[in-house]
Amino acid sequence: MAMLEQAPSARPQNSTALTHTEILPIDNQTGYRGFQAGSFTFKRDEYFARIEWPGGNYTMPIDLFLRALMRDVAWGFFYGTVNFDDVIGTVNHYGEVTLFAGRFNDAYRNAGRDFSERFASEALMPLFKAMISDWTNASFDPFAAPMETGTPWGSKNGNNDEAVTRTRVAARRMVGLPGDTPVRTDDNGFPQNRMFADVPSDRPLVEAEPGFEGEVSAYNLFDYLSRSDVTWNPSVCSVVGDSLFCPTSEEFSLPVDHGNDRCEWFITLSDEIQWDIKDGLSGKPRARVIAKAGDVSCMPADIRHKGHADKRAMLLVWENASPKLPGLIASGQAPNVSVSF
Amino acid sequence: MKYQTRFGSLQDYDKGGVILIDDNPKNYVFSNIFEVANTSAPYERVAVAKNFEYVIEIARAEGTSGWSTCAHDEFVLCMDGQVEVHLVKLDDPSRHAPADSQGARAIDGDPDGRKMGRLVLGRGHQGLLPRGSAYRFHADAPACLMFQSVEGPLTVQKWADICQTA
Repeated sequence: MAMLEQAPSARPQNSTALTHTEILPIDNQTGYRGFQAGSFTFKRDEYFARIEWPGGNYTMPIDLFLRALMRDVAWGFFYGTVNFDDVIGTVNHYGEVTLFAGRFNDAYRNAGRDFSERFASEALMPLFKAMISDWTNASFDPFAAPMETGTPWGSKNGNNDEAVTRTRVAARRMVGLPGDTPVRTDDNGFPQNRMFADVPSDRPLVEAEPGFEGEVSAYNLFDYLSRSDVTWNPSVCSVVGDSLFCPTSEEFSLPVDHGNDRCEWFITLSDEIQWDIKDGLSGKPRARVIAKAGDVSCMPADIRHKGHADKRAMLLVWENASPKLPGLIASGQAPNVSVSF
Repeated sequence: MKYQTRFGSLQDYDKGGVILIDDNPKNYVFSNIFEVANTSAPYERVAVAKNFEYVIEIARAEGTSGWSTCAHDEFVLCMDGQVEVHLVKLDDPSRHAPADSQGARAIDGDPDGRKMGRLVLGRGHQGLLPRGSAYRFHADAPACLMFQSVEGPLTVQKWADICQTA
């Protein structure tokens, strides 16, 4: 789980990726619009998202669907596979994206019941954004932990576009540097989260000689994270080439099973996060990782992972955003594990 | 309800682990930064994460370090304790670290250059180690540092010693 600011986007010439999407009329009973992407249709009612494709259909509780859709939208289809659950999801090809049903589910695959279509990202993303806007009621924030938001149930009741269009934070060099992402404070609208009220807000001592004010710099990362208003949504805080420190605050459960196409690393900065690890292709369980403060673990490139945190926790997600990686992955040259020993 | 945030420290950490279902624990390269810092020499920069050329290194700050430099930016995050960071703008950075070199490099003796300033970092504080500068650390009591950098001549890799293998 993590993301980069701008995924490499290289839609091939002569692409056959689909571009047909359509926003369907408002349903007279529920007040929600339907949405069509190629052969997939999406509709919601008071409790569920209902997805149909040629030869199949599927139902997801709307709270789970909206939380997953929110991450897929916010992360720009992310790295690799975003499994909304064991059936529905997307695969990012960086410029194009596959929308699937059952593609990474052994039962669907073995029975030949899976279905997928490949879209131009620039066609599918606006449809997903319209869907999250239309289907999110005024009382619900899909970025928030369940105890910090209302419910998504019921017929159409306003919207929460302020929440679902949050701009993801991405420092260019480091948070707090002049002209870069600012630190978070009460004054700029970021109070400490209720579960991080005990995190010190002290500041580092910074003594810069004249002329070096822009380079002698430090900030309180833990205080910064304690003030995050979203969960499971990493933000870039420091950058060394393609190496991105993407810390985030985690509470309840990661709304997707993320099947990264590259290795990524997790360092638990505070509290505890438990990870369920499944095989990336089949979905079969492979391991559980119990990660406590100071623990480091690599997520291999051939798995999918889903995290759980009871007490809100701070997690450092570390990504390699090199534009060379998609090519290495496609050619099978990228390793599934970063380190062999 | 009142919540207590749990950070680890060199003196007090609780290590988790990989619970296997059908996998090899080495795939997860699982370690704990405080354990690594406690079992390494002062200022030894031990890689705990690696992704192609990029690394995350852990060091125990204790006493005063030698001077180091790097041709690209690095960042240091204090995970426990308190550490001073002294910064000098090198007169001739390429003499110590060629422009296309990667990772931190040691400087013999004191650096030639102009004083840039000083940082004092406590737990959770992240500071910039600017490209082309020389930096040195001082800690009165043991502290734990995390570096965001690139593999270089100072990077120590001892994965079998620090990672869960069974």
